[in-house]
Amino acid sequence: MRVAVIGCGAVGSLFAANLAQLDDVEVWAYDLWQPHVDAINEHGLRLSGAGEVVGRLRATTDAAELPRCDFGIVATKSMHTSSALEATAHAFAGGAVCSVQNGAGNEELIAEHVREVIRGTTFPAGHIVEPGHVGWDTKGDTHIGPFERSPAPMDKVRALADACTRGGMPTHALEDARGAQWRKLIFNAASNAIASLTGRTHGQVAEPPTRELAWAVMAEGRAVADAQGITLDMSPEELFDHAARKDVAYGHKPSMLQDVEAGRETEIDFLNGAIAAFGERHGVDAPLNRALTQLVKGRV
Amino acid sequence: MAIERVCVVGAGVIGSLYAAHLARCVEVSVLTRREDHARALAAEGLRISGKSDFTASVYATAEPAELPEFDLGIVATKATQLEEAASSLAGRSAAATLMTIQNGLGAEEIVRRQGDWPLVSAVTFMSGVRHGDTHVEYELDTETWLGAYAGTTGYERAREIEALLVGSGLRARSFPDLRPAQWSKLIFNATVNAVSALTDLPHVSQFAARDGLTDLGHLVFDLVAEGKAVAAAAGVELHEDPWEMNVHAVRRGETLAAEGHYAHVPSMLEDVRAGRPTEVDFITGALVREAARHGVSVPLHTAMYRLVKARECA
Repeated sequence: MRVAVIGCGAVGSLFAANLAQLDDVEVWAYDLWQPHVDAINEHGLRLSGAGEVVGRLRATTDAAELPRCDFGIVATKSMHTSSALEATAHAFAGGAVCSVQNGAGNEELIAEHVREVIRGTTFPAGHIVEPGHVGWDTKGDTHIGPFERSPAPMDKVRALADACTRGGMPTHALEDARGAQWRKLIFNAASNAIASLTGRTHGQVAEPPTRELAWAVMAEGRAVADAQGITLDMSPEELFDHAARKDVAYGHKPSMLQDVEAGRETEIDFLNGAIAAFGERHGVDAPLNRALTQLVKGRV
Repeated sequence: MAIERVCVVGAGVIGSLYAAHLARCVEVSVLTRREDHARALAAEGLRISGKSDFTASVYATAEPAELPEFDLGIVATKATQLEEAASSLAGRSAAATLMTIQNGLGAEEIVRRQGDWPLVSAVTFMSGVRHGDTHVEYELDTETWLGAYAGTTGYERAREIEALLVGSGLRARSFPDLRPAQWSKLIFNATVNAVSALTDLPHVSQFAARDGLTDLGHLVFDLVAEGKAVAAAAGVELHEDPWEMNVHAVRRGETLAAEGHYAHVPSMLEDVRAGRPTEVDFITGALVREAARHGVSVPLHTAMYRLVKARECA
């Protein structure tokens, strides 16, 4: 099996390095950061922290170098999905492409370039230490399933889940992966947008004066999920409270707050913006998510 | 009673603009918070640049007991410091008229708790930039709107104050009933200040942009709509449509920017940037409380209120 990881940042690197442990999987990585690509080709891709791994793989900044692949795993920031797929789609003419990105709306963009698409949601997280070296902060599960409008066959979904799991990234193949995705989306949208506007950590967002607001924002997300017939696999509110515990992630600065502080573009269109947009498509108003989207977009 | 002696409480931007202009026509005393501020004003006078250009001499003190008698008191502190300012006037110049110019709603009740002075409510759209204790740049020479508060005095008094302000070179307009104007400004302020404080944007053209689906102007428009519903439920017919006020202010800002001036930074954003408490309790908070009193749902203003409160303590 040949797999190309598209966007080899922190999350992409976790998949790439772990999959590269398997004898029956050939791993490629496509990323635009030249020093990272050079380091991977010279010394391998190193993970440290929650697991110590060195993966041997081929990395490139040139999409034309990618051979035909059985699978793609897309791990770019959501605002780069379209450009990344435009460049790499040729490698997946006979393959299936799975998103493990944040939020909702990426599968729709992938399906504009690739026929067999897999919806995915991943929990593990990391950070770049230096070119070729990624810190593995959190282990966790990944849920994948066929993207309804342009699905990959279920046996391919299972094959990819099996490879990821054997490589050290526990992955569940589901007929309907929307429940996992929307649970994470609803949680993330509330935590990230409120944190980025107020400068507060996840744990502080879960406290007054923003606690009720966070819950109201999640309630809108639930209504939009309901309207699509999505059954959440877990309660986003419980996850919110769990993550807010002092011994879990009270002091964690959600990534959108980090983006805003660094003056970077945010993924707001794929989080609160996606909830508002999917809501509109299904006749559910989500005024708070819309307002948060407009505020965050105004900020940067 | 003719107005010959004016006391200005608080020498921030707005207080300084009133004090300096009025000192050209009548006797003006200024009550400051800091003693060194009062000493600097006494020594150097108060310089105004920008729309006006002069230096006025004023009597200044940080000690309420040293204030001379006055006929008109202008309470020009931030809403957050109003209670302290009003209490420092307790028992003084009982016959004087006091004028409140704080943002939002509720200033008159706070002053009322400290004495039975006749009250005039005012809102001002003037703005300026503070360049030090004794120098304020007069930025926007827009009107002060005023009217008698709840029968404590009459329209005649408001007209006298209007004449005094206009005579001193400021722009002013009196109303038989200020509430329509006060509410127009409340809704405008609750919207523009909170959006600005959260986006870190000065009051710029994005506030009126509604072309794209996620343009900020949609939120501004929706916040104004919530505010108008509260005004309607409170039986207040607005003097001006706050959305139109927003569009006008943005256009005026564009003209100023084209002339090389900085875009106007609303006070709530200034406060957030400086790490100070904001006036959100008196502005957005006042609107949310009025909404609750009249049974109107204002989810967007409620969200903005919570976000600004959270940003204050971050």
